[in-house]
Amino acid sequence: MRQGFLTIAWRDLLRFVRFRALLFSSLVQPALWMAFFGIAMSASFDRLAPVGVAPGGLPSVNYLTFMAAGVIGMTSLFVSFYGGIVILFDRNWGLMREIMASPIPRGDIIAGIGLSVVAKSILQATLILIFGLLLGAGFFPGTTPLTGIAAYLGVMLFVAVFSFGFLCLSAAISITLESPEGLQGVITLLTMPIFFLSNALYPVDAFPPVLQALSVINPLTHLVNGIRFFAIGEDFFAVGETYHLTAIDTATSLLVLVLFAALMYGIARWRFAVARVT
Amino acid sequence: MAGLHHTFGDVVAVNGISFSVEAGEVYSLLGPNGAGKSTLINVLCTLLPVQRGSVHVAGFNITKDPALVRRVMGIVFQEVTLDRDMTVAETLEFHGWLYEMDRGTRRARARDLMTLVELETKRDTLTKHLSGGMKRRLEIARGLMTRPQVLILDEPTIGLDPRTRMRVWDYIRTVNREGTTILLTTHYMDEADHLSNRISIVDDGKIVITGDPAGLKDTLGRDVITLETSDDNRAAGLLSQSGLVRGVTLRDGGVVMTTAEEGSRVLPLVFSLLTDAGIAVRASMLKEPSMDDVFLFYTGRELGEQLAGQITVRHSPRGR
Ligand SMILES: Nc1ncnc2c1ncn2[C@@H]1O[C@H](COP(=O)(O)OP(=O)(O)OP(=O)(O)O)[C@@H](O)[C@H]1O
Ligand SMILES: [Mg+2]
Repeated sequence: MRQGFLTIAWRDLLRFVRFRALLFSSLVQPALWMAFFGIAMSASFDRLAPVGVAPGGLPSVNYLTFMAAGVIGMTSLFVSFYGGIVILFDRNWGLMREIMASPIPRGDIIAGIGLSVVAKSILQATLILIFGLLLGAGFFPGTTPLTGIAAYLGVMLFVAVFSFGFLCLSAAISITLESPEGLQGVITLLTMPIFFLSNALYPVDAFPPVLQALSVINPLTHLVNGIRFFAIGEDFFAVGETYHLTAIDTATSLLVLVLFAALMYGIARWRFAVARVT
Repeated sequence: MAGLHHTFGDVVAVNGISFSVEAGEVYSLLGPNGAGKSTLINVLCTLLPVQRGSVHVAGFNITKDPALVRRVMGIVFQEVTLDRDMTVAETLEFHGWLYEMDRGTRRARARDLMTLVELETKRDTLTKHLSGGMKRRLEIARGLMTRPQVLILDEPTIGLDPRTRMRVWDYIRTVNREGTTILLTTHYMDEADHLSNRISIVDDGKIVITGDPAGLKDTLGRDVITLETSDDNRAAGLLSQSGLVRGVTLRDGGVVMTTAEEGSRVLPLVFSLLTDAGIAVRASMLKEPSMDDVFLFYTGRELGEQLAGQITVRHSPRGR
């Protein structure tokens, strides 16, 4: 069996666990977002759009529950965008020559780091869900244990595909650039619009048409929709807006994410094929 | 390897190199800094593309079957390529796994190799906490993890203390005795001399001469004479026209010449020639050629003429 990607994933996770500070911050950061941003914003939003006045008898959702999907999206975005940085370090100071001179297929290098990053994203997303529940978010309403697990797996499927896509983008940039600063710059440049042109923290319905169009092609929007579909439900009312997320919409969102990931994987493969690591 | 060329922009790093290494041989590429040795190695281990020429390793064409070539090859790079934040044992484990060795084999092999390179006590030490020599030994152990058919060593003993160097040479010999073909680059003459079955001297991206260590020394003739005179330039000119000696080169230290016959018989004739011309000889030295002499003699500009058997005067900036 091909094991190359497992080797790469093992080593990447080894580093993740070894750097205590990294491990600690990546576990605490989402909790902090939920605790501070979530609670603080809940206080304002829930006052502006009070819970419980939902039209048409829709279940009304508090802001904490609403924005948790956004926080999961944001942490997944960060963890996967920075996930490729190991390639940059390896290329400049370490193992990339050993890896490139070994028989492991190039695709397995990307897949291996992808696996590691997906594992990290899932870990963080799970922590956010747990932390959210502790803070009083209403995830998985009205589920039995079995449907609850199914809904959780649905959330994680979206997180996994999304993270893999952005990891591939990060890998493509990392194998191309020379310096970590460059990667940092690109990430900062891209993160802002991706984050704010999405439905992560607020509804996009009130956006001007151009921004709305951009938010529709934004993978983060599709991730957040998917998470909300599984974690909250098909129809709900939040932040003064009514949401109808049908199974069809969700399947479409998944398809968009899969296509996005496939495209990014293709680009990463191409960058690896032309990269000269010496 | 046949007719290999490799350029970086307008820098010609490898300029038409052809050679072949027999199975079971230790083959050295000896050459000064920037000769193109590492570039050649990078092409050989498929990190750089073959721009021109053709390269076969263990019967596989490296352009057509890079994956097969990678599988049979072990490499120790010139620069350190270790993850600073992995331990010695993890480094070997990672490498074995990359080459799809099964768990039991890679554990056992790693244990044996840590013993071989005397790093057993460091098995759980992060590589950033190893000394330079230990890192090198670890990299050599890593190169041996897969029992490669071909082992490539790019300056394996760079920065090692003499005792460790000797030990690395021992490993290399041991590994070679067990059937691994070895290609090594170095700019230590003694290393090439001690280890190799054959040596190619490389300069400016070309192979200047190939031979076994004894044969290469023979090409310089019987003895090497070094003279310090009042006018080295003129002395070199005179001597090269005199027919008394085989080759003359000019270096910072004086005039160096090689002799066809016993040096002690040539020396008096040389003295009288120079005295007659009014050149004073301040010091003289006569010895049998070492690999150093071979190296210095062959890594110069007018080598084509040297090989054609002509006697040339050479102004070499690479004095020692
Ligand atoms: N990536 C590169 N880009 C541009 N030029 C390069 C590159 N790598 C090597 N060169 C050039 O190619 C030539 C040969 O370099 P190479 O590293 O092969 O020499 P070497 O024989 O290994 O020397 P040393 O003994 O110092 O290691 C040098 O002129 C070097 O500057
Ligand atoms: Mg070199």
